[in-house]
Amino acid sequence: MASARDQAPGALSAAAEGEVVIEARSLRKRFGNREALRDVSFEARAGELLAIIGPNGAGKTTLLSILAGIRSPDEGTLSRTREEIGWVPQQAALYRKLTVEENLRLFARLEAVADVESTVAEMLEQTGLADRRGDQVGTLSGGNQQRVNIAIGLLARPAVLLLDEPSSGLDPRQRERLWQFVLALSDAGTSVIFSTHYIQEAERYGDRLLVLADGERVFDGTPSDLHAAVPDSRSDDFESAFVRFLRERGH
Amino acid sequence: MSRLRAVGWLLAKDLRLLRRSPLVTALLIVYPILIAVLIGFALSRGPEKPRVAFVNEIPTEEQASVGGTEFDKAETRAELCGRIECIDAADREEAQRMVADGEVLAALILPADFLERLNSLAGLDPQQPTVEVLVNEEDPVKGQLVDDRIRALITEANLILSQAVSEQAGSYLDLIVDGGSFSVPFLGIGDLEILGLRRSAQILSEIRDSLPASSRLEGLDQVIRFAELARENLKFALPLLGAIAEPIAVDKQVVSGETPSLDAFAIAVAATVTLMFVTVLLVAGSLALEREENAFPRLARGLVSPGLLLAEKLALGIAVSVAVTALMLAGLSAFVAIEWDRLAVIALAIVAGGAGFAAFGAALGGLARDVRASSLLAFMVALPVAFLSLIPSGTVEPGLYTAVEVLRVAFPFAPSLEVMSAGLEGAGSIWPPLLNLAAIVLIYAGLARFGMRRFA
Ligand SMILES: Nc1ncnc2c1ncn2[C@@H]1O[C@H](COP(=O)(O)OP(=O)(O)O)[C@@H](O)[C@H]1O
Ligand SMILES: [Mg+2]
Repeated sequence: MASARDQAPGALSAAAEGEVVIEARSLRKRFGNREALRDVSFEARAGELLAIIGPNGAGKTTLLSILAGIRSPDEGTLSRTREEIGWVPQQAALYRKLTVEENLRLFARLEAVADVESTVAEMLEQTGLADRRGDQVGTLSGGNQQRVNIAIGLLARPAVLLLDEPSSGLDPRQRERLWQFVLALSDAGTSVIFSTHYIQEAERYGDRLLVLADGERVFDGTPSDLHAAVPDSRSDDFESAFVRFLRERGH
Repeated sequence: MSRLRAVGWLLAKDLRLLRRSPLVTALLIVYPILIAVLIGFALSRGPEKPRVAFVNEIPTEEQASVGGTEFDKAETRAELCGRIECIDAADREEAQRMVADGEVLAALILPADFLERLNSLAGLDPQQPTVEVLVNEEDPVKGQLVDDRIRALITEANLILSQAVSEQAGSYLDLIVDGGSFSVPFLGIGDLEILGLRRSAQILSEIRDSLPASSRLEGLDQVIRFAELARENLKFALPLLGAIAEPIAVDKQVVSGETPSLDAFAIAVAATVTLMFVTVLLVAGSLALEREENAFPRLARGLVSPGLLLAEKLALGIAVSVAVTALMLAGLSAFVAIEWDRLAVIALAIVAGGAGFAAFGAALGGLARDVRASSLLAFMVALPVAFLSLIPSGTVEPGLYTAVEVLRVAFPFAPSLEVMSAGLEGAGSIWPPLLNLAAIVLIYAGLARFGMRRFA
């Protein structure tokens, strides 16, 4: 199983050697007496694609919301402020009665982007939605809505982009197009941290994996490291290996 | 400055969303119908039996009789209290307090000399008896109600009395014209034989005729002519006496409250109800929409703080309040006179009322968190509050009325109506309801802010 990045020689090493753009130390978060995050630390480098995977309720959304500055951690520190981080929530955060262009323009203005009109035009170009600019977002397909959703996260040209389950609800073709878009961003130097419950997707597009289970970080490394960490799993596919990995650790 | 611009962008966004929402169209059709119904109810409504305090200052042993017709006091009271709910008050002071506190709609006082004067009606020195009515005209609807009820009662009493009086007065006239026996029991005067004008003229004529022509007295002819003339003229006095339609006079005193005219009050109600529905529904829906579209976390992430978003919603509510109410008043001014020289106060009233309703709507939107639920909640809360706030004191149980008063202070409807009345009619002071509204804005904005904690 080869990562998508392995097909582009040098990309992985470039990401591994890039400067650290965000660093999280010992993050903890409780909801009542439920511990959603327990002592989670990690870092991400420029141009890196970091996949956060784990079962439902593992704490992926909680971790991304803390990175985004929506929630504050009970303990722990972050090296970046939320202004430098783009955030794309799991559910499209868009005004469905506004057009694609109106949504982009509103958020560009609120982000105090220097040149609103050219930024909006650029985003329409980049997302391939220029010809749908005048359509109300509510009339777009789920895939196109997700593209607008991501475009808004990119308006301020952040060094780090957070995507919470960006491909959920999309069909395979829409997913494919989404990932082409995300890979292009990463190639341009943006660090992308995404969560997913499609394990194959994490293996295919993630330079590195961060595995969460019950709020704990149980793995941090490349997909092949994870495969290697499960004994006698060479013949298994990645998803089976991942499930065995979790089971052996009691999750 | 940049925060102000952010509010500007959000406002522009909300107004654009508004134009694209079918809810607005529905609102613009539904609310005038609602207002018409509400005002219709308010003006035509009236409890079956208004509570009226009853003070009887007449010494108990006195009897009422007019021209021999005995008025049975117990029966009279039963008759009276069959139409209104009589609450016995010990004295004038207690009645005054009951009216001022809104325990009763009005107080009816029978003064100590009432029976004496009533009895005198059929006598030779009639004095008009007076009943005193104390009313608390907090609003013209209630004022009208009191007036109608009391007037109906007094008119009925007057009808009976005037019949008795004119019958009695008629018999006096008959006595004067035709002669007969007369007694004044109070003075111990027994059967007095009254000669009568007819007989006097006859007697005088006979005397004159029996006298020799030479000794006829110069004045005698004149006396005879006078007696004849008087008799003729007094025949016409009887029907004239019957025209005394109001033996009892009503002395009305307003205990507290000032009365704006009904027209201005109806306009104030219309304006306030309009303001309420448009603003509450709009602001509640608009705030809930931020959450429903998941936009809130994105905004709250450093772009627009929750407090600023709340301020934007209040501004939206006030802007729409001003536009809609101004439009409505302009339309109404085609039918009724609106005193535009008080424009500044009217504008202040609209802004203050709009702010109160906007904060109330924001609280509903913040707590309901989705557009449908918030609209439903807005209808379910605002409609009864408006109805209950229009209940005049004295028409319901005192305990219930205390609850109504709490409601009036706790919700923006009553103070908005008061500032609107102050603006439109110059009725009452604008400051107490303005302060009430300021407190309402603070409290409901706080509630909204609390609800927004669960938006993210
Ligand atoms: N707002 C919240 N209040 C209470 N518990 C929450 C809240 N958000 C998440 N949780 C709990 O925290 C845990 C992690 O949730 P989440 O981060 O959404 O998981 P994931 O995104 O990995 O599915 C879950 O057990 C979830 O029930
Ligand atoms: Mg999640």
